Amino acid sequence: MKYHVKVLTYLKDGVLDTQGKAVARSLTGAGHTSLLNCRVGKYIQLWIEADSSESAYREAERMCDEVLVNELIEDFSIEVDERQ
Amino acid sequence: MKTTVVIFPGSNCDRDVIHAIEKTTGTTVETAWHRDTALPKGTDLVVLPGGFSYGDYLRCGALSARSPIIEAVSEHAGKGGLVLGICNGFQVLLETHLLPGAVLTNKTLTFICSKCYLRVENNDSPFTSGYSSGQIVQFPIAHNDGLFFLPPDELDELEKNGQVLFRYCSRKGEMSESFNPNGSLNHIAGIVNRRKNVLGLMPHPERASGAILGGVDGITMWNSIKQWVERK
Repeated sequence: MKYHVKVLTYLKDGVLDTQGKAVARSLTGAGHTSLLNCRVGKYIQLWIEADSSESAYREAERMCDEVLVNELIEDFSIEVDERQ
Repeated sequence: MKTTVVIFPGSNCDRDVIHAIEKTTGTTVETAWHRDTALPKGTDLVVLPGGFSYGDYLRCGALSARSPIIEAVSEHAGKGGLVLGICNGFQVLLETHLLPGAVLTNKTLTFICSKCYLRVENNDSPFTSGYSSGQIVQFPIAHNDGLFFLPPDELDELEKNGQVLFRYCSRKGEMSESFNPNGSLNHIAGIVNRRKNVLGLMPHPERASGAILGGVDGITMWNSIKQWVERK
């Protein structure tokens, strides 16, 4: 079965996010004065062949551990869509 | 001294480093392609050159760190062989975990290409033995993601072990945020592993290896390595 897996990777709290800061400056400058903070991450979509959504999740998790995420500076979250 | 320069798709300082090493040490340099699975026999020094390998996709150096040749490079380092990563090569070494830490986008949010002064912090290494500790050298930098990051405990450990070989400074050796181009923690520009056989640095010694390039301070690095290899 084919699963659509959505991975979000983002810098850990406490790790300087220069991109997020620049975006926040622009937003505030554009009048969005209610903005308190902004951090920028990446959205990665994966299509995985697996027997179950649990095994698709585990495979995506292995991909994060091995390549997609640098655990020193980044965290991630995984969401598996219903099979397609 | 037998040097191998590894070429990844997107490397762009490979020829510069080959030229610098050959010209200044009188030795010949071979190359290895990222898909190769072995280094040329008898390699003493492996250089991972600067550039934009894999277009800096995902994270700088992340995809190169998973190239087939990296296993041979890690094995070489494991046996005590010398490995030098310059700029993108440093980023690859961090992603390979041959060196601790990670790089983040420069504090300026800009690509910086400029002359840069460094203080040699420790000359007790195969790469820096020809310098004196505290010497100020000029190597250029050219990068977008060079802010060296390591969590506080590991950073303390790195400092205690004398693994910081180069720090950003002024021409006179002063250190402050204004002389730290990319915002690296503790002004760090280059580090070695515990065993001191793997060096990674953001500045380019190969671009300071001839008067015509505007600097000659890099030559001492090549000669330090050569002497270390010959003494071995």
